[in-house]
Amino acid sequence: MEFSELIRTGQAQAELLRGPEAPPLRGTLCVTGHHLLLSPGPQATPDLWLLLLRSVDSIEKRVAGDCGTITLRCKDLRVLQLDIEGVEATLNIARSIEALSSLESVITSFPFFYRPKGLRLGDAWHFHPPERYYKRVAREVLLRSSQPLIGPQKRRCAEDEALLRAVLAGSRPGARGFIVDTRSAQTAKQARMTGGGTEAKAAYPGWKRLHRPLERGRPLQESFVHLVEACGDLEQSMDHWLSRLAGCRWLAHVKEALSTACLAAQGMEREGACILVHGAEGTDSTLVVTSLAQLILDPSSRTMAGFQELVEREWIQAGHPFQLRCAHSAFSHARPKHEAPTFLLFLDCVWQLGRQFPLSLEFGEGMLLALFDHAYASPFGTFLCNSEQERCLCEVRTRTHSLWSGLNQLKEQRKLRNPLYVPNPLALWPSVEPQSLRLWQGLFLRWTRPPEPSEAAWEKVWQIVTDQEKTEGSQPTVSASELQL
Amino acid sequence: MEHIRTPKVENVRLVDRISSKKAALGTLYLTATHVIFVENAPDTRKETWILHSQISTIEKQATTATGCPLLIRCKNFQLLQLIIPQERDCHDVYLSLVRLARPVKYEELYCFSFNPKLDKEEREQGWMLIDLGEEYKRMGLPNNYWQLSDVNRDYRVCDSYPADLYVPRSATAHIIVGSSKFRSRRRFPALSYYYRENHASICRSSQPLSGFSARCLEDEQMLQAIRKANPGSDFIYVVDTRPKLNAMANRAAGKGYENEDNYSNIKFQFIGIENIHVMRNSLQKMLEVCELKSPSMSDFLWGLENSGWLRHIKAILDAGIFIAKAVSEEGASVLVHCSDGWDRTAQVCSVASLLLDPHYRTLKGFMVLIEKDWISFGHKFNHRYGNLDGDPKEISPVIDQFIECVWQLMEQFPCAFEFNERFLIHIQNHIYSCQFGNFLCNSQKERQELKIQERTHSSWAHLWKNRAEYLNPLFRADHSQTRGALRLPTAPCSFTHKFWSGMYNRFEKGLQPRQSVTDYLMAVKEESQQLEEELAALGERLEKIQKVQLNRTEVRNKQSEPSKHSGFSTSDNSTANTPQDYSGNVKSFPSRSPSQGDEDSALILTQDNLKSSDPDLSANSDQESGVEDLSCRSPSGGEHAPSEDSSKDRDSDEAVFLTA
Repeated sequence: MEFSELIRTGQAQAELLRGPEAPPLRGTLCVTGHHLLLSPGPQATPDLWLLLLRSVDSIEKRVAGDCGTITLRCKDLRVLQLDIEGVEATLNIARSIEALSSLESVITSFPFFYRPKGLRLGDAWHFHPPERYYKRVAREVLLRSSQPLIGPQKRRCAEDEALLRAVLAGSRPGARGFIVDTRSAQTAKQARMTGGGTEAKAAYPGWKRLHRPLERGRPLQESFVHLVEACGDLEQSMDHWLSRLAGCRWLAHVKEALSTACLAAQGMEREGACILVHGAEGTDSTLVVTSLAQLILDPSSRTMAGFQELVEREWIQAGHPFQLRCAHSAFSHARPKHEAPTFLLFLDCVWQLGRQFPLSLEFGEGMLLALFDHAYASPFGTFLCNSEQERCLCEVRTRTHSLWSGLNQLKEQRKLRNPLYVPNPLALWPSVEPQSLRLWQGLFLRWTRPPEPSEAAWEKVWQIVTDQEKTEGSQPTVSASELQL
Repeated sequence: MEHIRTPKVENVRLVDRISSKKAALGTLYLTATHVIFVENAPDTRKETWILHSQISTIEKQATTATGCPLLIRCKNFQLLQLIIPQERDCHDVYLSLVRLARPVKYEELYCFSFNPKLDKEEREQGWMLIDLGEEYKRMGLPNNYWQLSDVNRDYRVCDSYPADLYVPRSATAHIIVGSSKFRSRRRFPALSYYYRENHASICRSSQPLSGFSARCLEDEQMLQAIRKANPGSDFIYVVDTRPKLNAMANRAAGKGYENEDNYSNIKFQFIGIENIHVMRNSLQKMLEVCELKSPSMSDFLWGLENSGWLRHIKAILDAGIFIAKAVSEEGASVLVHCSDGWDRTAQVCSVASLLLDPHYRTLKGFMVLIEKDWISFGHKFNHRYGNLDGDPKEISPVIDQFIECVWQLMEQFPCAFEFNERFLIHIQNHIYSCQFGNFLCNSQKERQELKIQERTHSSWAHLWKNRAEYLNPLFRADHSQTRGALRLPTAPCSFTHKFWSGMYNRFEKGLQPRQSVTDYLMAVKEESQQLEEELAALGERLEKIQKVQLNRTEVRNKQSEPSKHSGFSTSDNSTANTPQDYSGNVKSFPSRSPSQGDEDSALILTQDNLKSSDPDLSANSDQESGVEDLSCRSPSGGEHAPSEDSSKDRDSDEAVFLTA
């Protein structure tokens, strides 16, 4: 298939409005196979404005007189408005964007064409072999799986039981195990009708089951959609805002996810128990719990490299179906099929952790925002496909660039790193009380609030910290010169 | 002392609010100024100090098998739940506190016995730190349009106004006196802030006694004089900060608001801020939400909404923004009033001034602002904050709301303020503590009669002395965003307003961020300064060495010295942190007490830096002191400020979490 078949009008004159805080841009609009470009006239700023078509979540067109308006709502929650000269051009460009932004084929997607300068294919794809978080001294383990296939006949599986027995045997003598099922007891029981279910007490001695129902699937997606809707409504009254925030339940989901992760972590750290987490498939809320529990307990997962490894291992290699879950963000009018902001829920929980422990994560809010953006639309291949198997088939690792190599470039560091980071060897036990949880304004209000005040603060933090490094760094030179006497 | 029925009760339990199963056993002491709880635990001997003037309500609950519960709610949002074994003791404590928390004369207040060991001269200098005369000079006054008036000398015209006031030059004494007779409590229009960039001003007054049709020529002339004092504009705004309905209701009582037809060139505007009774109830409702035990997210958000608190905060901020924009963008002067002009008017004028003038966003400037718009203009501190026993309907969190408005702005503009959140919290604390004389009484006249400056100390001097604690490391005085008037978004949206957990849940450390960015950055700054000094010293030494040509070995020995300062060890940055009860109601893990060995150590970042002058914040500092010390801390022999609500709190490490 040729992209050119989908491009109905290549060019038009247009004005781009990027929200209340940014000045409008005028120039020539151009649709290519993967991008929307706006090149300002020669007299204006030479910067080319570029938008990955994949990041368009929904598109709305209106025509009046001899010009038209296209509103693009992006997966990163940005809202852009294009005023275009010519009715025909408007409609054609809109159709082209619609077609190109929703292509399903993986191997024709932009990551397979993206060849940035300074990066080599194949870099940063290889991490250590997957291993669960393992606390060497205490010998407790954190495991994840999918549900056991008990079914209506209440089947048992000797090997599965032996495996869990072996887990306890490999741990401290007399160690206990806890199975954290991320579904309610009732849902877990109902799953038997479709061949699933949850571990029967009698079959797994030493293991105790806890049910902590976490929201998933469509209700989670709807919660996200409602929150973004509420955040876009600038006219609402104060009271209206708080009830909408309560009504969309997003923060309630954050609270539940974070407390379940804390429970799992606490079981290991405080009770010396082994923890097995699963829901139904073990590819969604299970991963939220296991990855957060590791951040809470394991200082090495809080470094820049450790966190990337955590995401690679606990999300990408664990088979979170990114392609399905992140097909659309909060603006799509289509009825959600497989979409769910599970990964965003995880990122939000990490942000809450970072807000309560501002010195203990080596990465900053910028890193979390970047992961959100790239999970939904990216020039890199890291978040492509739904599983390792699919990635192998599409040769993602050899034919696209890894996001990690992109993020680890020196020029990105100021944006992504937390200048306040000081390694903290202890576990991070966050408060999950409502007073302690906040709306993640940096994400949900990123494009509606003026960015300058927080940018100025960020600059200042960097300045203070680097000032100190400078003074510290300058000392050895004195010593060295002393030696040369 | 005659009010203390029992000075000491043993085996009292202090219940932990977050997990009610946790309780500390200790001894309760009642002194003339404080309630003190000292834990028995020999390793901590943790002390909790509560000043009587901080006590808001005392509630004796029904006796249970374990004892008689006593609930003490404080004005600084501390909540103490005690269980006293004997009902009789509990009753004695209750009766004593009811009396001690409601003094009937000023002399009973703490500031008259508080003695921070300063000599007379230091004390007097403390009172001179904030000088309103200087402040008006800084604004550029007097000038061609404004002059200092002596019309209110000896408080002859208005007893709740200051003696020194700025009025338009064209306003004669006759006009002022005439106008004052047409205004509630004779609070005539006077200058609050002068914006020298464009000559526009903010003036304040009380409501006019217009009823349905009354007029007053002098009052009309007074407003005209204000307009004329601003040659750049041919009108003034008159902002009535009450809801229109309330203002109209006042007309029936012979009060009301300005009729645009009677005054030449005024633009009249209502900005609906609710009255003190609505605000008192709103705070009450919000605090009930804060007290909920493990509320769900929606319980909390709905409760917050139903309290209306953030809506009221937004209304005050919006009014301030309206006025600041009228002054800076339209160049128009504004006259602000409400009913008496000492509550909402004070809030709105001070918010507007803060938005307009970066000076008020500095540490000293902020003190000046409170001194000017609140203290000097007769905000009724005594009535509003219940320093003396009085009408409970007069109590209302008016200045608390202003302080929260400032915090909301600080959250939006992290680089625009020289001071930090702790400064606001300590000011709030001092307003209620009555440890210093600044916030006593209802007017300057009363304070003068009471000889406050001769008999008490100034809190401004105290705060200024400890200013290092209150600095915002992110302050950028020179930045384009923070110079001049603050640039607010055209449509201030609701979701920029947040619940201020650092104030209303401030005593529940478990709910606060566990690490402080402010403290860390201040420590880093201090560190680099030290390093720079050392570097300079080393440089000097190097020069000397080069001159004297000392032998090498000696030099080698010295080079290792600087390393002792460099960097922050990890342990310094780890904070006290223990898991909460995450298990909810689920019967989860068997109750196995965690081994002591693997508990997280409780180490606080800036323990050394926080030699907190105000021990309420030293809740993190593990100062230990035994009961033996109590005698020397009693107010009569007090050497240092035992201070407001100190809770010398060793964050307990117990992992009381999973209970079956």
